[in-house]
Amino acid sequence: MSTAPVLSAVDVTKHFVVRGAVGDSAVVRAVENASVDLHAGRIVAVVGESGSGKTTLARMLARFYDPTAGEIRLDGVSVSGRPTRAYHQDVQLIFQDPFGSLNPVHRVRHNLDRALRIHDRRMSAAERRRRAVELLERVSLTPGEDFLDKFPHELSGGQRQRVVIARALAVGPKVLLGDEPISMLDVSIRLEMLNLLDRLRREDGLALLYITHDIASARYVCDDVIVMYAGEMVEGGPKDEVIARPAHPYTKLLVESSPDPDRVGTVSRDELFDDAEALGEPPSLIEPPEGCRFHPRCPFAMERCRSEAPPRTDVGGGHWARCWLHQEGRAHEIGESTFAAALTRRDEQVRA
Amino acid sequence: MTADTRADADRLVAAARAGQDEQAQADPVLDVRDLTVSYIGPDGGTVACRDVSFQLGRGEVLGIAGESGSGKSTLITALTRLQRPPATTTAGSIVFHPAGRPGIDLVPLGARALRKLRWTSMSIVLQSAMDALNPVMRLGDQFADVLRTHNRGMDRAAARTRTTELLGMVGISADRARSFPHEMSGGMRQRATIALALACSPQLVVMDEPTTAVDVVMQRQILAQVLRLRRELGFAVIIVTHDLSLLLEVADRIAIMYAGRIVEIGSARALYRSPAHPYTRGLRDSFPPLHAPLTTLHGIPGTPPDLRRLPSGCPFHPRCPVAVDACSTTPPPLVSLPEQAAECLLLTNEEAS
Amino acid sequence: MPSSLWSNPKVRFGLVVVAFFTLLAVLGPWLTASVLGLDPRANDISAIASPPSAEHWLGTTQFGQDVLAQLVAGARGSMFVGVLAALIGTALAIVFGVTAGYFGGTVDNVLNFVTNLFMVMPVLPLIFIVSGYLRGTGLWMIAVIIGVFGWAGGARTLRAQTLSVRNRDFVLGMRMLGESHPRLIAVEVLPHLVGWIASMFLGALIGGILAEAGLAFLGISDSGAISWGSMIQAAQSQSAVLRGLWWWFVPPGLCIALIGTAAAMINFGVDELANPKLRAGTRRVVRRTRRVERAVAAAEGGAA
Repeated sequence: MSTAPVLSAVDVTKHFVVRGAVGDSAVVRAVENASVDLHAGRIVAVVGESGSGKTTLARMLARFYDPTAGEIRLDGVSVSGRPTRAYHQDVQLIFQDPFGSLNPVHRVRHNLDRALRIHDRRMSAAERRRRAVELLERVSLTPGEDFLDKFPHELSGGQRQRVVIARALAVGPKVLLGDEPISMLDVSIRLEMLNLLDRLRREDGLALLYITHDIASARYVCDDVIVMYAGEMVEGGPKDEVIARPAHPYTKLLVESSPDPDRVGTVSRDELFDDAEALGEPPSLIEPPEGCRFHPRCPFAMERCRSEAPPRTDVGGGHWARCWLHQEGRAHEIGESTFAAALTRRDEQVRA
Repeated sequence: MTADTRADADRLVAAARAGQDEQAQADPVLDVRDLTVSYIGPDGGTVACRDVSFQLGRGEVLGIAGESGSGKSTLITALTRLQRPPATTTAGSIVFHPAGRPGIDLVPLGARALRKLRWTSMSIVLQSAMDALNPVMRLGDQFADVLRTHNRGMDRAAARTRTTELLGMVGISADRARSFPHEMSGGMRQRATIALALACSPQLVVMDEPTTAVDVVMQRQILAQVLRLRRELGFAVIIVTHDLSLLLEVADRIAIMYAGRIVEIGSARALYRSPAHPYTRGLRDSFPPLHAPLTTLHGIPGTPPDLRRLPSGCPFHPRCPVAVDACSTTPPPLVSLPEQAAECLLLTNEEAS
Repeated sequence: MPSSLWSNPKVRFGLVVVAFFTLLAVLGPWLTASVLGLDPRANDISAIASPPSAEHWLGTTQFGQDVLAQLVAGARGSMFVGVLAALIGTALAIVFGVTAGYFGGTVDNVLNFVTNLFMVMPVLPLIFIVSGYLRGTGLWMIAVIIGVFGWAGGARTLRAQTLSVRNRDFVLGMRMLGESHPRLIAVEVLPHLVGWIASMFLGALIGGILAEAGLAFLGISDSGAISWGSMIQAAQSQSAVLRGLWWWFVPPGLCIALIGTAAAMINFGVDELANPKLRAGTRRVVRRTRRVERAVAAAEGGAA
């Protein structure tokens, strides 16, 4: 961690203006003051629900759009304006949908060949072919020769995603951004894809950002986890710290809501699902709640949470959270019972 | 041993043989036998669902898990008789047992008879709520539509009262009845479709990937609601999904589909603790743990087979880590174990040795 | 895709008809002149307005001209105008529509403004004015005028389609590799619009033929040139309808209708292929499935 980050987002904010039918417009606050550092050979996972801003963050890092405020730094140098070819030589994004990210009218060869050619005009056709085969084998499509002349529709979802990764690797990037790269693949082949990402990180020293809604897969592959809620980063730190001892009530809710087959047989089903009916929904990003955006759903919410945004508090070991409970000395309450139980208790108190 | 206890024991063994609990055997709400569904093309049929048999007990939650191309969607459309050409049921029976009345085989039933059964006896919740709700109709009107179609005597006021009641069951306030579907969040829409499915008190609710389009927290809320309503109203549930880790928590029993067949069926507990089929084992190990120590996992190598070109013998053998030579030639028989049943050749060998 | 296109009966019919007329336009006049020895302009004074006979298969006009020879020569005239107008119109539609859709922003605003201007322009009066101004309009000029005033609708369609394609992940993916915009348009985007462009071309072809016929009917055409439109116009001016000289105006009318139907058929067929939902519902699939169902039911009945 002592090395400088390869790619970082510093306090980036993204607001989208959406125009209504009758000329009115609204501002969608998709991402607010988000920061993330990507280091060579490390994987950072950004976990959140849909609408949490995680995809917007990835697309800002891929420079599909400029941040409204804040900056993106590559090797410590702030980048802005039109994304250059040089930038994308270092940073590549893997899309969620392997069916959409390969042009159905082109063979696998076209994709790799163009990537190689754009980045090294002097490379001969034979050399490009050799490199293309190498790249395919790098992503475990062996023998690579067999895949060169295939059309996307002749490949399975997993194979397509591997081709997409090979295409990204063709330009020799330092950073790979994965926007839910496995969520549309068959369950049985997801792990091999995660293992591939892990190998790229270990053997090629790539810096990876792994965007996902699946906290278990994040834990499997990453080093650090960042949790996003309604456009804001609410908690981050080493993965086991964050998942085993959440320091933010939302992280706790997310972890407890994720399927965990290890619970099967130890807890009855009714126990597992009781109290889980009214956990609430994320807010609208057009008019997000004042103060902490999670306060309307939070069983621990105080007066302060409703008006002031909580500051970032370090809880040790690189683990941090944005929650007033830490400032008020009530942090221990987070771990005392399940989120659902805390919510029920609060509702009872309110009624009483 | 008296004759009585002996008969008792036999019955227990028989129940266990079929890999299902006694309740399902004694009073099934749905009895599916040897169901085979084909897609008819210009050069013959492709079998997408082959010899599927299972029973569903009253009030039971059955999960069906499978990957793309496993035939789970085909099975669902066949069960609910929503299939359209080129899909057709070429063999088997789907006997539905309404409470206190004789069973009805749904396969030969005509469109009119089926329409009578839908909503009142069996209803469907689809993956995308947007497909089930009419985007240009207010929520309340859609409920009234369904209610009054199936109960001619119901007047507007009664329909409105019932709508409020139904929406209340899934935690949606009554004033939402005036909303259009696009004015609601994805989670609320999906809950509304569940309420709509329950409108005519069906005995069976079939859910096709009911929570795939929503986030984990909403998923948990919706399932909690379904489970509570099931407890209160007593309907049986079939949930189809690719997410085995979720089914393990929700379902009483789980059927695992691969290449159009149910390769293993049994209690959720048994399938998690001691899966008998190598595919089930592979699928279970494809979900990294949330809390347990991490090890390197590999999922299942290879890709699901093309139904038009199924491997010989056991369809799973090219991907199977423990396959023996015989697996590529002999179709595996269904082997019954105490808490489950699975189609795997290795199980017969173990029994023999 | 090409083989499945051909296997669709609608497309097959349409393609055969279009191919026939194209051949007729290219080879026809030569054939009628050398094989049948007919000249569309020659006046046979012995046969004025005579019905079909062994000598004049499709009869003659008021001026003693052979209708068959005129019809064949007219095919060349009409097809020439149709094809040229369609080429010009489609090319303009691609340039305006795809560029506007792909780049968006200011480029889109400007190009879209021009497109809308052409959409709302009263085309017919304009054509009158322009052709009146240019005087002595040949088929060439007619085609150019029809093409230049008829591209706006197509450009709007292509713009909308380009908008949806350019935001697809594969375009973003290739852009991220550093691919240039012209290449992205030509190699990644355009192949997805081929179906639209083809059907637009066919539509423009028909439009061109009809527009030429209409203009000729209204008297705006090269009086020396022969086309289906000018044939009908000549028939009309000689009150052929009132006098029952059906063989004069029915053949060119039928040809126009036939080629219109053919183009529509091709479009229907392409639509079915592009939209699998339409295909799944085709009668053939349903029939095939019902046949299997009946066979299964019969087998079960036999067994029981």
